[in-house]
Amino acid sequence: MHLLVDIAYTHIHGRGRQTLVSIAGVTLGVGFAIGMAALMQGSQDEFVGTLIDAMPHVQVTDEQRTPPVQPAARAFDAVAFRGLRPEDDIRGILNPVAAVARLRGWVPGSLSIGLSLQGVARYGGTERAVQIMGVEPRDALKVSAIGEDMVEGRFEELDAAGFLAIIGDRLAKRLSVTLGDSLRLTTATGLARQFKVVGLFHSGVVATDEGLVYVRLKAAQVLAGRQNAINDIRIRLRDPNAARLVAARAEEMLGYKSVSWQEANEDLLEAFQIRNTIMYTVVGAILVVAGFGIFNIVSIITHEKARDIAILKSLGFREADIRSIFLAEGALMGLAGSLFGAALGYGLTSIMASIEFEFEQQTEVTHLPVTYNWVHYTIASGLAVAAATIAGYLPARKASEGNPVDIIRGAT
Amino acid sequence: MTALVEARGVTRILPETVPVTLVEDIDLTVGHGELVAITGPSGSGKSSLLYLLGLLDTPTEGEVLFDGQPTHELEKDAKSAIRLAGIGFVFQFHFLLPEFTVLGNVMIPMRRLGRWPRTEAEQRAAAILESLGLGDHMHKRPDQISGGQRQRVAVARALANDPPLILADEPTGSLDSHASEQVFQILREVPARGDKSIVAVTHDLDIANRMDRRVHLVDGRIVLDEQMHANV
Repeated sequence: MHLLVDIAYTHIHGRGRQTLVSIAGVTLGVGFAIGMAALMQGSQDEFVGTLIDAMPHVQVTDEQRTPPVQPAARAFDAVAFRGLRPEDDIRGILNPVAAVARLRGWVPGSLSIGLSLQGVARYGGTERAVQIMGVEPRDALKVSAIGEDMVEGRFEELDAAGFLAIIGDRLAKRLSVTLGDSLRLTTATGLARQFKVVGLFHSGVVATDEGLVYVRLKAAQVLAGRQNAINDIRIRLRDPNAARLVAARAEEMLGYKSVSWQEANEDLLEAFQIRNTIMYTVVGAILVVAGFGIFNIVSIITHEKARDIAILKSLGFREADIRSIFLAEGALMGLAGSLFGAALGYGLTSIMASIEFEFEQQTEVTHLPVTYNWVHYTIASGLAVAAATIAGYLPARKASEGNPVDIIRGAT
Repeated sequence: MTALVEARGVTRILPETVPVTLVEDIDLTVGHGELVAITGPSGSGKSSLLYLLGLLDTPTEGEVLFDGQPTHELEKDAKSAIRLAGIGFVFQFHFLLPEFTVLGNVMIPMRRLGRWPRTEAEQRAAAILESLGLGDHMHKRPDQISGGQRQRVAVARALANDPPLILADEPTGSLDSHASEQVFQILREVPARGDKSIVAVTHDLDIANRMDRRVHLVDGRIVLDEQMHANV
């Protein structure tokens, strides 16, 4: 063992109980930091995972980020116009076949086209405002988790001929509709058709389960009274993190608003960032408190070992050597605390992961979502060792700068 | 005899509210292989002069030369390097590190200097301890041996790096007469270990008279510097 580390070890070993208390402080700090990070990251990952599964990674709609320039504005260089009737905005993605073909050329994932309409679902005397989503069932299965969300029937059954619908289980409950019943869907244009319910889904998102009706794209186009019209392109990417880039490129190419899942959930993701900042601040505070424990013990040791320091200097040790000894003491305690803390953190995470929750509405047992991420262990341990080393540095510097003659005179 | 360590007009004043003069205008040359005793009443500046010669303290005026090299402008680290390889200290109290064994204490300066590989350093330290009659105590801790033995370990530690100069501050001051004689004999024989010089502060006139030379201080000034040829 290196001489300076050897001396440092003998110092902290000589104060076993206080050293253990200091190490325990770091251990608890690191352990709880890791446990907390595992839980928060786990819940975030699960939430984002659900989000990514539940919604398209990129959604192209027939909207535009900036309203189109009106003909009067193009013709006259005026500050404002009053009393004009704006040009009719023909909704829907223009040349949908060409647009989809252009996207398919480079998008690294699957595409699904659709027509989204606002309408009313009526069964018996009950009505509910709904969103009618016309899709190509096989494509829709590739870009969403709807296939896994089916609780009755299969999504592929939409592909059969006729006016068929798959609705959310909450909507079915509200309308008292069961499989095989026919409900009436009416759009804002006044067109209406009877649709036979061939499946129920449960996504877990109340608004969706209460207000979304899937029909075949052709059926939706009939309801809209517009052949071949689409106003919605959904993209599922092999790498969800590429969504921002893909959305930007799609928007530039088609001119229609393309929204990535990150943009759609910007507020939520920002909230996660704030939460993580708070978490790491708390973790940092815990480790600073642990650092005070180490500062305390190293200060005591430097005070106790003042005579030894003077002797080492008389033997030819440099001030930097003396500093290194006490820095090593802080670092050793920080390192030991980090190792034990990592083990404690792993244990805490395992315990949290094993805790079971049973909810009435769910048949499956739910566990606390946790993540085992080496980054948490590295950050917590790194911060702990850094805090411990800094805590050791202050008394180390003071000890190294002392005049050995004063101490030797005092001792003799 | 060439000079190993030399004080030229050295004065040391402590900058207290009322400045305290520890030594004043000291001119002293210690040659290779010399055995010098520094004597004087308490507070005469004996230890202060020793610390100045050992580069542990810095003169307020004048300069100290070690092996012909002026030291007053050297950085602290350079002075540490000179102490590590060139000077061995023995104090009134042994000042051994209590957590290390006798052998470990003697090896500390050797490990810091790094001149010898670990195994060779261990053998060398063991040989020094053997020669000082401590062969049976090498693996004991300082609190497991007697006061006289501890002081002999301190001498062994001072000899560890084979320095040309040993500075001893009342090395027998805390020992009984028997242990005191043992330690003195060891120090007396040190020059024979390769032209080493010893400067020892002592109150004991019997010991001082058995050295090569005696330097007597009063109130921080040298008042007597005599060769003790009859005792060499």
